[in-house]
Amino acid sequence: MKRRDFLAGLAGSFALPRAALAQVDPLDPIVRAVTGGAPVRKGKVTLVLPQLADNGNSVPIRITVDSPMTEADHVRSIHLYSERNPVPNMANFYLGPRAGKAEINSRVRLAGSQRVTAVAKLSDGSFWYDAAPIVVTLSACLDES
Amino acid sequence: MAARIQIPRQAKRGEVIEVRILIQHPMETGYRHDDVGHLIKRNVITVLSCRYNGVEVFRADLSSGISANPYVQFYTVAQASGDLEFTWIDDEGERGSERQSIVVKG
Repeated sequence: MKRRDFLAGLAGSFALPRAALAQVDPLDPIVRAVTGGAPVRKGKVTLVLPQLADNGNSVPIRITVDSPMTEADHVRSIHLYSERNPVPNMANFYLGPRAGKAEINSRVRLAGSQRVTAVAKLSDGSFWYDAAPIVVTLSACLDES
Repeated sequence: MAARIQIPRQAKRGEVIEVRILIQHPMETGYRHDDVGHLIKRNVITVLSCRYNGVEVFRADLSSGISANPYVQFYTVAQASGDLEFTWIDDEGERGSERQSIVVKG
């Protein structure tokens, strides 16, 4: 084993368990509704959000999934979750092999600084996720403010 | 409800094309109050679907977590000349649809 690999593995072994627990809890009822309790692994999915949003009413978001998008191996759906919004499941996108490329761009509302999570379901039944933190200076209005 | 679909006018068969749609809709969250303090009823587009020559290639469940005037961009493979037709429905049961044609060569 190279020294570099060893160090990377060491760093990973400290970072992973905490990150995995804090971000997607496969037993969370909201996530469970989609996964049915199956494990959700980190990887394959890339969630891109700006680091800081001045206004939570319209925040650009991009979700890409590393998938060949063939009949045998494609992304079935992508689910977006928010930690602090009153409606945690922000959106579900259903794709198929005809998409050609697993990428979705949209704009979301965010009620405050939080971590946004994207969970992807692949055609083999596995679940993958990515999460991104964002600082929202002015959160999307829940009332008159 | 007006909407704008942006797709290439022409594409080669098998090419992955970018599809963009912007729908004019308030996506009212149901958490806001009007000037006299009454809660404004939630009215969001709940389902957005895209059919390519009659076959569904993309569908989305939206919620109040999607910005007003929802914008969605995704990809699809250009298979044959024809239409991409979007349909959507909001909480008040109002349906909208918009279509755009594409010419596929080769």
